[in-house]
Amino acid sequence: MQVRMEGLTKHFGATRAVQDFTVTLASGELVCLLGPSGCGKSTVLNMLSGIVPVTAGKIYFDEEDVTNLPPEQRGIGLVFQNYALYPHMTVMGNITFPLEIQKVPPREREARAREMADLVHMGGLLARKPRQLSGGQQQRVAIARALVKNPRLLLLDEPLSNLDARLRLEMREEIRRIQQETRVTTIFVTHDQEEAMSISDHIVLMKDGFLQQHAAPQELYNQPANQFVADFLGNPPINNFEGSISGGCFVMADGARVCLPGFAALKEGQEVRLAVRAESFVLAEGPAGDRLACRVDSVYQMGKEEMAVLTFGGTPLRAYIPSEEGLKPGDQVHLGLKDRGVFLFDSHTGERYL
Amino acid sequence: MSQQVKNRAALRAATRAYRLRLVLARILRYLLLSLGLVIMVFPFYWMISSAFKTAAEMNLFPPSLAPRNWFNLDNFRIAFEKAPFARYFLNSVLVMLGSVTATAFTTILAAFAFSRLRFRGRELLFSLLLSMMMVPFEMLIITNYQTIINIGLNDTLYALILPFISSIFYTYILRNFFQSLPDGLYWSARVDGCTNWKYLWKVMVPIARPSLVTIILLNALASWNSFMWPLLVIKSDLMRTLPFGLYTFTTEVGANYELLMAASSVVVLPMVLLFLFARKQIVRGVARGGIKG
Ligand SMILES: Nc1ncnc2c1ncn2[C@@H]1O[C@H](COP(=O)(O)OP(=O)(O)OP(=O)(O)O)[C@@H](O)[C@H]1O
Ligand SMILES: [Mg+2]
Repeated sequence: MQVRMEGLTKHFGATRAVQDFTVTLASGELVCLLGPSGCGKSTVLNMLSGIVPVTAGKIYFDEEDVTNLPPEQRGIGLVFQNYALYPHMTVMGNITFPLEIQKVPPREREARAREMADLVHMGGLLARKPRQLSGGQQQRVAIARALVKNPRLLLLDEPLSNLDARLRLEMREEIRRIQQETRVTTIFVTHDQEEAMSISDHIVLMKDGFLQQHAAPQELYNQPANQFVADFLGNPPINNFEGSISGGCFVMADGARVCLPGFAALKEGQEVRLAVRAESFVLAEGPAGDRLACRVDSVYQMGKEEMAVLTFGGTPLRAYIPSEEGLKPGDQVHLGLKDRGVFLFDSHTGERYL
Repeated sequence: MSQQVKNRAALRAATRAYRLRLVLARILRYLLLSLGLVIMVFPFYWMISSAFKTAAEMNLFPPSLAPRNWFNLDNFRIAFEKAPFARYFLNSVLVMLGSVTATAFTTILAAFAFSRLRFRGRELLFSLLLSMMMVPFEMLIITNYQTIINIGLNDTLYALILPFISSIFYTYILRNFFQSLPDGLYWSARVDGCTNWKYLWKVMVPIARPSLVTIILLNALASWNSFMWPLLVIKSDLMRTLPFGLYTFTTEVGANYELLMAASSVVVLPMVLLFLFARKQIVRGVARGGIKG
């Protein structure tokens, strides 16, 4: 089912949790709602489920306007960070509960619950109580319970945050697998960029209640719409250099300059920020227009590559350099820039120029 | 060599002294506990054993610890002949069931409303209710008495139930428990089409069972032992509850302690038994909900 939000807005008194949110999510996809804490992710999700009434705007499921539909008529499944299983019921009881409410006959209830339990690999533990399960198992049960009534839309609010690192990786793949098998349109809230990058078809990135960019993970990384998107994604974080445009080149306060094709089109004196991903540097011979003269501060071995921390014009930067270059602290080197992963943003608005 | 032997002997002596201290400490501890036990239990034992003694045995000096015949039910028979204890018992049971059922029901509903439903003035209303707990019972008795007289219910069992069909304190306890349940539980159920009513009875109440059992037991105890209020609103003999009936019985039989003890046993035993059976539940509820009787 396709999900369309038009001008969706939510104010809690003076707090503007979600502002003028317009986005269309394709049917059958797993979409991550990504953003820093407090940016309004849960609020968007709660408006989709009908838990929180909207201040303004519309929500459409396919062509149906569900903006004012009560939660139980929307056909959604919910999974929360703390699992929210009914502690007094067994796994079976938990999974059949939604069907019991809908007065599905007991036989069919059990059959469907078993099917769901098998899907999430919990078929062997149907008689257990939630407190006898590990966090990952509880989350599997919660997913089965959300899916058992065949929802049109599955909403997960930070479902992995309570799990330890290893279990998170495992459950992340599980959620992806379950989504692929059921093909139910799924919205997954997280503030972990790596989690979002690894499982989603599309990512909706937000900040302070505003939509920043809606794109596939790779596109988000390779073509960030603005400074915030570029900063939010990537590990190590993208390298930023403050400067301005002068004579068709990017010039930093201490005079260091970088000239790339395309800079010439920008306004003279424009204050800009040059952003370069760590993997977008190459070691280069001698000075040239687009070279950064740097000093090596420290070097870390990371797999077959090295991460070097260098200083360029007083600004520290991180770059991935092949190990065989044998960099040592104190070396003076020149770095060139690759085509990919180099961006130019407006210093004040964060708007992207290149 | 001899030094080593001496050392070992010293060590052994020290160990022995330490062991002895441990044993003594344990003996002392158990002595104290036993003393506590005797102080707590002896009055009960005295009451029950006296209920089986004859008048002659009661007047023995020094008093005998046990009755000559544990199956001597004469005292119970005589007591039940002299006063309608069966009727008192029935009245007590009816009043207790009525007020406990009603209180449980109103407490559950009020706790749900104050924890889960959103309505204007909810917090203000709840603060007002809480402040009512400051009003002393003696003051309530006067106004309640007038109310009961005005609606013409005095000298009926309804008069004993009606003022006790709700409890602010228990509502407060249960509301706190309900509030501690995660929101996700509620919204998962709501999204599945569960109504508030169903959610309350299918999810909240089962989860709160330990707290509820404790509330109900404490409430039952209070109702069973209630004395002041029946004394005030009940006039006729047949409407009396056990404590009140026992009180009038005391004045009637005067110094016939064996009869008095038989009657007292009938009053006290049901609650003692109830608490013995429900002990685990109560302890669990107190630990969970922070209820202090
Ligand atoms: N019921 C509410 N009343 C008032 N303000 C609220 C309410 N719910 C959320 N907010 C505010 O709205 C903003 C967005 O909150 P939201 O919970 O949607 O953030 P989030 O992105 O889910 O954050 P997190 O990652 O920490 O869960 C926050 O500033 C929050 O304080
Ligand atoms: Mg959130």
